[in-house]
Amino acid sequence: MSYWQEALLILGMMAVTFGVRYPVLKLSGRVHMPAWLVKALGYVPVAVLSAIAVPIMLAPQGEFLLSMKNEYLVAGVFAIVFAAFTKHLLWTIVLGMSLFLVLRFLA
Amino acid sequence: MNSHSASSEFWSGARDTIPVIVGAIPFGIIFGALAINAGLSVAATIGLSVFVFAGSSQFVAAGLVAQGAGVLVIVLATFVINLRHALYAASLGPYLSAKSRRWLLPLGFWLTDETYAVVVQRYARDDGSHNKHWYHLGSSVAMYSNWQLCTVIGIVAGTQLHGMADWGLEFAMVVTFIGIVVPLLRRVPMVLCAVVAGGVSLWLREWPNQVGLMLGSLTGIAIAMLADVGSGAKKPRSKGLHS
Repeated sequence: MSYWQEALLILGMMAVTFGVRYPVLKLSGRVHMPAWLVKALGYVPVAVLSAIAVPIMLAPQGEFLLSMKNEYLVAGVFAIVFAAFTKHLLWTIVLGMSLFLVLRFLA
Repeated sequence: MNSHSASSEFWSGARDTIPVIVGAIPFGIIFGALAINAGLSVAATIGLSVFVFAGSSQFVAAGLVAQGAGVLVIVLATFVINLRHALYAASLGPYLSAKSRRWLLPLGFWLTDETYAVVVQRYARDDGSHNKHWYHLGSSVAMYSNWQLCTVIGIVAGTQLHGMADWGLEFAMVVTFIGIVVPLLRRVPMVLCAVVAGGVSLWLREWPNQVGLMLGSLTGIAIAMLADVGSGAKKPRSKGLHS
């Protein structure tokens, strides 16, 4: 890519990203929202983050892989169980990531 | 009252963001390495982190540049991938309705998965604080500073090491999301929401531009709402019986 194309790329990506974030943030505060919509928005983090994480765990290369050889799945299930019992975010991340790296490079 | 001052809210926002920052570190480093290996200049790689600041779309952009895609295609992909931020913005907007543009512009620009997940819990906690937007700002600034630092580390690493993009470090993002989501699964509709959103997204993963991700999220929310209505309908009746 030339410098001009790179500049255009950054400008374009900035415009669409900011264009999604800012106007909605501003308008949703001014417009009165019905109770059901507020309730639905409460489910947003769980829905979006699960929709991102589950396919990576179960199909890391695009192919469905339900196997002990899938380190994304094994370390992910460990992290789910650990998080359920401890509810500790930092330790979940550190231990889950460590297990993943061990499985990937040592096992 | 003192614990709700602007500066203490700012710093606790930054502090509460540290765990998700740990998860974002490998992600930011790989982005830097990936972008350099994809053929982007150092200035453009830093420019993406500074001006766009949206991890997954920056990743995809680097991948598309490597494949020789055009600017328009990459910008369109970015738009689709970041559409989920509209859901976050819609959820946070009501808490910020009294704030001026001076607040909304930076908080809007700095909105990410991680900061959203941290601050939405602070806004929902009803303890009379009038400075929750400072908490939001603290989280945003911490996340942003770290992202810039990691991008630079990634650029340096990317020029030294090759094949870093194949290390599978995107698992850091997965495990961060697990740590955020699992403690929220206290009620049946929430569990249904996670399972359905994850399942549909997995099923539709081949669809282009992460359409499956959006459809999965919306289906999960819809099913959870239905389950909620189902369980909510019983409550008034049982109350009526007892009173």
